[in-house]
Amino acid sequence: MTQTTALPAGGAARPAGREAPRRSRTVRRGWQAWLFAGPSLAIILVFIAFPIVQSFWFSLHDWKIGATEQKWLGLANYERLFGDPLFWNAFRVTLVFAVVSVVLQLVLGYAAASALQREGLLTRMVRSVFFFPTIVALATIGLVWRFLLDPSIGLVAGITTSFGLPAIGWLQDPALALPTVIFVSVWKNVGFTMVILLAGLKGVPAHLYEAARLDGARGLQLTRYVTLPSIRPTLLFTTMILTINSFQVFDLVYVMTKGGPLFSTDTLVTMMFREGFENFDFGYASAIAWVLFAVIMVLSAIQLRVFRYDDVD
Amino acid sequence: MTTSTESSGAAIIRDARAGGPARGPARTTRRMRRPGAVARRTIAWILLAIGAVVAIVPFVWMVSGSFRTEADLYSAPASLFPGEWTLGGYLRIWSELPFLRVVANSFIFAGVTTLLCLLFDSLCAYALARLEFRGRRLAFWLVIATLMVPSQVTLIPVFVELFHFGWLNTYQGLIIPRATSAFGIFMLRQFFLSIPRELDEAARIDGAGHLRIYAQVILPLAKPALATLAVLHFMNLWNDLLWPLAMTSTTEMRTLPAALTLFGGQHVNDHAVLLAGATISLLPLALAFFLAQRYFVQGVAQTGLK
Repeated sequence: MTQTTALPAGGAARPAGREAPRRSRTVRRGWQAWLFAGPSLAIILVFIAFPIVQSFWFSLHDWKIGATEQKWLGLANYERLFGDPLFWNAFRVTLVFAVVSVVLQLVLGYAAASALQREGLLTRMVRSVFFFPTIVALATIGLVWRFLLDPSIGLVAGITTSFGLPAIGWLQDPALALPTVIFVSVWKNVGFTMVILLAGLKGVPAHLYEAARLDGARGLQLTRYVTLPSIRPTLLFTTMILTINSFQVFDLVYVMTKGGPLFSTDTLVTMMFREGFENFDFGYASAIAWVLFAVIMVLSAIQLRVFRYDDVD
Repeated sequence: MTTSTESSGAAIIRDARAGGPARGPARTTRRMRRPGAVARRTIAWILLAIGAVVAIVPFVWMVSGSFRTEADLYSAPASLFPGEWTLGGYLRIWSELPFLRVVANSFIFAGVTTLLCLLFDSLCAYALARLEFRGRRLAFWLVIATLMVPSQVTLIPVFVELFHFGWLNTYQGLIIPRATSAFGIFMLRQFFLSIPRELDEAARIDGAGHLRIYAQVILPLAKPALATLAVLHFMNLWNDLLWPLAMTSTTEMRTLPAALTLFGGQHVNDHAVLLAGATISLLPLALAFFLAQRYFVQGVAQTGLK
């Protein structure tokens, strides 16, 4: 602190003496620091920070790639968006997807984590099995489940028909497509949730359980009054990460249904991809991206607020 | 008390079998709560077993399906194993797609980007953790702020940028914009801060500059963090669909997920080729997972516990 405040003045006033070498060293250090941080900061500035601003700028135009002049629209893209039934459909689908899948992932992930807390060969193996889908590409998972759910060659139809039930076109029926995609998403992410919650559960001090047991708590009471309050920070992060990820759902939907049938699984990002990279309506697609951005920001803020508020009492 | 916290899974199963719904009378007299606990644990393990089957069967079906003929699939869809074996999918994938090129693309994209990411992230993290410079606070703030931005927001402007650079459908266009990660910088900075400064000082007394301290003191100590980050980056890049899908336009430049997705969109029912492709695309990560599961779990757990 003394260095940074004293140096500019000292360097200017005193021509030589003890200050001079120190000054040159600090300047060189500063210069070196920018070399160290340079590549990353340059990439962040060029490919993240500037594009964010640009995205908003695009959303105010009827933006055509390579055009010499872009037509200014003001907020017309947003007006069009809020009047577009397909946008509200995508918004509803994304919301349903996020809420249902996050709740199911938390419940099942917590159940798996608390059942598999103890160390042992078998628990480790089951944990690995649950975790494995996490490392697999959503594109691969979508592809495999599309075949698994196929009414004529899929394993699921094979099982239902062997019980005398009809073969169901899970992804072909507009009423079933969204629940089916949610199921596959939950199937993939339970292991992820489990791993994060396990780390939280391991951090609960054993003496809390002992104290609660002495007070006569047992079973679910221990969960309610010891475990859940202790892992609240972990729960917050898990909920936030899962929610933010679900609002960005794209791969799975794109591979399994492409948003269909009849837009029943069309999410905000698949709609943005369609408008941007299939219709090349960059202004409109950027408006969708900004709505998504705003929603995610609001959600993070709310979740932070809610959990911190609870921490007080 | 001691038996209920027994750590061995085998012991749990043995207990469950011994106790089960038909209670062992000798034990009940000693402990009134035990039969309930045993029953609960039996139910828990049954549910866990069902869960494990549900988690693993799709992959078994994927691998076996890639060896099955069309006729075999239609006649016995409920079967998990091939009635007759065929290598048709694995042979045809080479003619239907420039498959070797696509696999190479995936390795180049995920591999080179991961290496650059580790290099740039660690350099930047070193500056943020160890160097005093004007604008450090601003730089750190910039990194933290970008952590919260969904990548979809920047997708279209970056596409336009790459268009103007002439980088669309090129390796540099795929790699450079992804060659740093705010999360990586943040994680490594925290790790570097936990390394005692005395070690730097000792090296500095020996005449080492920052580059030497970074390369010979900090990086060797940060190996576990770097390994975790490498696995996490490689996995995410290898699996990414939206980015390569948007930034490439010819089959020659596609990565595996993008190529398979587009192929699957056109040849919806070519199960043999698609399942063969899915199996091959899964192999490198599955292999790495069996060898170094710890790093996968750590990487994923850390994304949740920032």
